[in-house]
Amino acid sequence: MSAPRASGYLRTRYAQDYALLETRTQKACALAFAVLLAAYPFLAGPLALDLANQVLLGSIGAVALMLLTGYAGQISLGHAGLLAAGAFTGGILFKELGAPFWITLPAAALVGAGLGIAFGLPSLRLRGLYLAVSTLALHFIVIHAGAEYETRRGFSTGIVIDPPKIGDWVLRDARAWYFVLLAFALANLLFALNLLRSRTGRAWRAVHGREAVAEALGISVRRAKLAAFVVSSAITAIAGCLFAYYRGFVSAEAFSLYLTIQYVAMIIIGGMGSLLGAVLGTAFVTVFPYAIEALMRVGGLAERLSSIVFAVNYAAFGLVMLLFLVFEPQGLVGIWRRIQEWFLLWPFKQRPLSK
Amino acid sequence: MQLFVNIAVLASIYALICCGYVLIYRVSRVLSLAHGELMMLAAYGLYATASLFSQHPLLAVAVAAGLALAVGAAVYAALMWRMTGESVLAAVLATIALGILLRGLMVLAFGTQTQYPLRDLGWANASFAVGSARISGVGAALVLGTALVYGGLFAFLRGTRWGLRMRAAGQNPLLAAQRGVRLHGIYALAWALATFTGGMAGMLIACDAGLEGTLVTIGLKAFPAALVGGLDSLLGALIGSLIVAGAEVLLIHYVDPLLSDVVPFLVLLAMLVLRPWGLFGSREELDRV
Repeated sequence: MSAPRASGYLRTRYAQDYALLETRTQKACALAFAVLLAAYPFLAGPLALDLANQVLLGSIGAVALMLLTGYAGQISLGHAGLLAAGAFTGGILFKELGAPFWITLPAAALVGAGLGIAFGLPSLRLRGLYLAVSTLALHFIVIHAGAEYETRRGFSTGIVIDPPKIGDWVLRDARAWYFVLLAFALANLLFALNLLRSRTGRAWRAVHGREAVAEALGISVRRAKLAAFVVSSAITAIAGCLFAYYRGFVSAEAFSLYLTIQYVAMIIIGGMGSLLGAVLGTAFVTVFPYAIEALMRVGGLAERLSSIVFAVNYAAFGLVMLLFLVFEPQGLVGIWRRIQEWFLLWPFKQRPLSK
Repeated sequence: MQLFVNIAVLASIYALICCGYVLIYRVSRVLSLAHGELMMLAAYGLYATASLFSQHPLLAVAVAAGLALAVGAAVYAALMWRMTGESVLAAVLATIALGILLRGLMVLAFGTQTQYPLRDLGWANASFAVGSARISGVGAALVLGTALVYGGLFAFLRGTRWGLRMRAAGQNPLLAAQRGVRLHGIYALAWALATFTGGMAGMLIACDAGLEGTLVTIGLKAFPAALVGGLDSLLGALIGSLIVAGAEVLLIHYVDPLLSDVVPFLVLLAMLVLRPWGLFGSREELDRV
């Protein structure tokens, strides 16, 4: 773990080495943040609540992609395909067998894990660009299979799914969804955080750094890569299944290549190799189109340009992505870290050389 | 017979698009996923010049071709030179982001209506007989254009000083730069040529089927053909296009028309499993595990 930030904090027990929150200030901040998260749905309007739900939902997939690309270093352009696989598993099981959510979610995870092996097998032979291309090809095949199912079974506009039920209680209210999604997102984040500190996570980083060295250190590169794909894909498929329930609707059109690009943009804009980055990036990418629309409305352009709002969104999104790639490759996390450093080191500008 | 003609036309579409992927990859090791959008931009260039010079169709075509060259060089000068030497992922993502930006801007500038540049040029797409089959005028132009482009590119790369520099830059950029080859100039030229050839494909497809958003999908579908042939081989791109087009036309004809969108990617996966570096690609270039 990183060195404690506050001065005067010394670790005296081994348990302190394992703690996620070390200092009192950190604990207080975390508590305040938790209270804020819990209070949010009662303060926010319906649109803000829906946005928060989307961010939480997106963060699950983004964290999964961050594990794979940001930490294990395996480029994947098939993320929308995996989300679609999860969503379609849920949709098909519901339509064909009437399965409840406690069957469809694990089933989606299983399908995701299986697909993760399929997506990951090329990574044993291919690297970099070629790997990205093979995942891209798999994306198209998964989407095609989903669309094929839709047309064959006569759900040409999409599959409608009932909301999940526990006894008589139906999960339909946006506020209830918020807490369910919050629980999933936090559990996922905690899982990722702890996984990255374990042997598996360290092996992924070693594979990312240099495969030959990782092999020499006794890490099975093959197993590490496949594990990265399987874990990431299973989480992504669960996110896809949740997405299907949240929307109440599954359709192959929703999982275009653009969705993959959005997820990749989340981890790029957030900052590679940081879970905080994945969450920040998700918030940025999710809120961005709404912010653009609000800006257009303020400028009085929305009425005149209502038919092309999506085009403005597209162009602005591409532009922002380019600006981040060119001028801030560290992403939002890079900015955040610079701000932190500035306050930590004040009145100095640089860390002392001897540390 | 008609099947052969269909394969030939589809293969030349793919081949014409592919050589853009191959040119850029071979010279600068960047995979341009904005190729489809650049194609479309060039096609819109033709649409614009066609209405501007409606009296002189040939002039309109020439200006549109010049525009495509300029756009390619401008893309490099404005954006991609910053990505020289960056990681593979960053460069590919930059092209993806560029593609999204261009797509948005094109809808803003030209709307979403399907346009017919051929009609604006005042030409008709007459079809004529080849043996027992029929081929449209634009289809014939595609086959002819592909042959000309590939002939020209081979002559350029083998026979001229600039072609030699381009090959040198592709083989060993550091050494080439130290021997006085101006890498940025070479890379810009590669982008210009790639956009020109892709733009040619885009214009011809737009003439044939109308100009609309699906053009981008065709650009992406051609990409597997480049990989099947080997990403750094022009000859490979030609043969890969034939294979992918052949598989696509035959499968559509004999099995299922709905397969057309996935066939190229299935062929691509098979190729990646069997021979990841492609039919004619250089093997040592592939960073193998």
